[in-house]
Amino acid sequence: MSKKQKGQTRVCVYPDWCKGCGLCVAFCPAKVLVLNAFGKAEVAHEDECINCGFCELHCPDFAIAIKPRTRNGAGQPDPRSGWSDPESEHGRASPPEPTPEPNPNPEE
Amino acid sequence: MADVTQLIHDYLRHNKKFPHVFCAGCGHGIVLGSLIRSVHALGLPKDDVVLVAGIGCSGRMAVYVDFNTVHTTHGRALTFATGIKMANPKLKVICVMGDGDAMSIGGNHLIHAARRNIGVTALILNNQIYGMTGGQCSSATPQGDISMTTPFGSLEKAFDIVDMCMAAGASYVARGTSFHAIQLDRLISSAIMHPGFSVVEVFSPCPTQYGRKNKFRNAVDMYKWLKSNTVKVETLKEPDQKPADGRIPIGVFRDVEEPGLEERYFELQRKLMGQNR
Amino acid sequence: MAVQRKKRKRRELFALGNEAVAEGALLAGCSFYAGYPITPSTEIMEVMANRLPLIEDGVFIQMEDEIASMGATIGASLAGRKAMTATSGPGFALMQEHIGYACMVEAPLVVVNVMRGGPSTGLPTSPAQADVQMARWGTHGDHPIIVLSASNVQECLEMTVTAFNFAEKYRTPVILLLDEVTAHTREKITVPDPDEVEILSRVTPTVPPEWFKPYADTARGVPAMAPIGSGYRTHVTGLTHDVMGYPTQRPDEVKDAMLRLFRKIDQYYGDIQMADEYMLDDADVAVVAYGSVARSAYLAVEQARERGAKAGLLTLKTLFPFPRPAVEKLTHRCHTVVVPEMNMGQMSREVKRVNNGRTKVRTINRVDGQIITPSEILKAIL
Repeated sequence: MSKKQKGQTRVCVYPDWCKGCGLCVAFCPAKVLVLNAFGKAEVAHEDECINCGFCELHCPDFAIAIKPRTRNGAGQPDPRSGWSDPESEHGRASPPEPTPEPNPNPEE
Repeated sequence: MADVTQLIHDYLRHNKKFPHVFCAGCGHGIVLGSLIRSVHALGLPKDDVVLVAGIGCSGRMAVYVDFNTVHTTHGRALTFATGIKMANPKLKVICVMGDGDAMSIGGNHLIHAARRNIGVTALILNNQIYGMTGGQCSSATPQGDISMTTPFGSLEKAFDIVDMCMAAGASYVARGTSFHAIQLDRLISSAIMHPGFSVVEVFSPCPTQYGRKNKFRNAVDMYKWLKSNTVKVETLKEPDQKPADGRIPIGVFRDVEEPGLEERYFELQRKLMGQNR
Repeated sequence: MAVQRKKRKRRELFALGNEAVAEGALLAGCSFYAGYPITPSTEIMEVMANRLPLIEDGVFIQMEDEIASMGATIGASLAGRKAMTATSGPGFALMQEHIGYACMVEAPLVVVNVMRGGPSTGLPTSPAQADVQMARWGTHGDHPIIVLSASNVQECLEMTVTAFNFAEKYRTPVILLLDEVTAHTREKITVPDPDEVEILSRVTPTVPPEWFKPYADTARGVPAMAPIGSGYRTHVTGLTHDVMGYPTQRPDEVKDAMLRLFRKIDQYYGDIQMADEYMLDDADVAVVAYGSVARSAYLAVEQARERGAKAGLLTLKTLFPFPRPAVEKLTHRCHTVVVPEMNMGQMSREVKRVNNGRTKVRTINRVDGQIITPSEILKAIL
């Protein structure tokens, strides 16, 4: 676990995969996450995140990703999520073309 | 903690529908994540990992992950795993079973797999209930607990999976919980690398079928219970004794290096064929 | 099995039917056996226990029960082995769930059932033919299956090879039914040279892994099979699955999957159904028999011919899918069909169904653990 300093990370929740069990909300030591009106986890106080990784390890639905706040490499917004980096100059970074998966059913 | 989730996503089958089938707060997803991290940390190629699952909630785990996966019949996952391991000993065979799967209908196969020390990892996801069929009492449901088939409280004692596997001769026996995910990663990794039969029992809460009937208000309560009612076995003064306060010991209970059945078999075969030449 | 008459490395053995089964299995390339001892099939297991550790990659394992034996056999089959298990009545009953699983996931394997008296523990050391319909319909759900039988020791060997070939060719479990008499008769047999026997193996994928559909429909209806660990990571499930092997409940996909299971057997019906005809060209009375009873029937037909009766014999080697054309031909030509069997009429039911009231069907049934003697059959012929 990397050093517990605040404000080093981006917390991103994929709402479509979140089932709202509330584990991340209940156990987050820095109270970063809350359950929103739809019953799903939402990032409320991202700057409080101490990068402990609990939510990422314990999300049963693989719906939370913690990423370092850097512009290059791992910090790139995930094009598969609806998450965008608000500090990015271009707003939503243009997602790289995902490698086309072979269509398992060409007839469809 | 960067990229834990991204890593898991890389091991999932992208043509399967997500979120997965498990209920909100079900511990099985956490165990699946832990399993993926363990396999990744060990550097095992996906092609060499076989995930054999039984029937029930835990059985549905196999379809989501991009290994060689076999979803077998109820309770018999270990028999398939034995066949696969003997047929191709190079494969890392991991058997995912529930408590009903491993202890009730498949109890015989579990004790025999332990006895013959076949080089298979048994991951027993103990949610103390039959979840998929709607919350009936299992052989791991604690005495006095309520289920659909024990509406007035269970009269039978629950199986202690660790005790039984130790008695049956398994060479690696451990217990973890889906709350203690980092420890679980460690337990599963060492179980996979263990040469003989390895068992990891995982307490994996079932909020929907077990929790609701047994005074847990929600999933979070169950994880809080796991947090306060477990104790690391290495911190116990008498590791052989059950803690007097009723807490559940977790950690590694036995780790003995013994060659697995497949190693002994092919060793014998080499010897025999050498004689014949 | 095409046996050419060339001088080759043949071996002659004085073997039990059970031993011949083991010889046949090894000849067909069986390299995995998982079993549990049960009378009267145990000798198959004993021979395999002695022989498999001596051949390259041969695996023998004794499991804790028949359920486990069948599970391990399927596991080995999925991992690319030619696998077999053998059992008798009570054990066969335990295996039924996994036979259904093998049908569903299309695992090629061979199950030998040496039939003994039943139900339940019954007559462990006496012959019967009472598992015929269980072999066909024992597991739950609608499914096609291939059931073969053998009537003498040489045939035990040959039919075991055939069973493996069918299993591999059609990706299906094949059941070989013997009865206690055939299994425990000791006779001289010839084990052919491996070069002179046609041995088939399953079709493996011919496309890169990303393009592989594990349950795709093909012209033959039999999809290619990738062994576990070969780089083709597939999902195998007993749930009804789509062409990718993933569970589905969509009616169209379920229908396609189920109909293909049937079609892959049905369209090769002519290849699968096997029956031996003896003196049937001019026969008025035909005996339809299988297993050890066919040998009694053979003598009865000879004796009947000596007495001037025009009798003939149809020995069924394939029991299911039922060899309808061969039996139908008889019912058009003969005035009587005699069906002797060591049960209360499990195959005569099939014969009557095909006969459709055209001729007289006389049944001889014994369930007292004794064989049907030639004189009993002769009496029914005359």
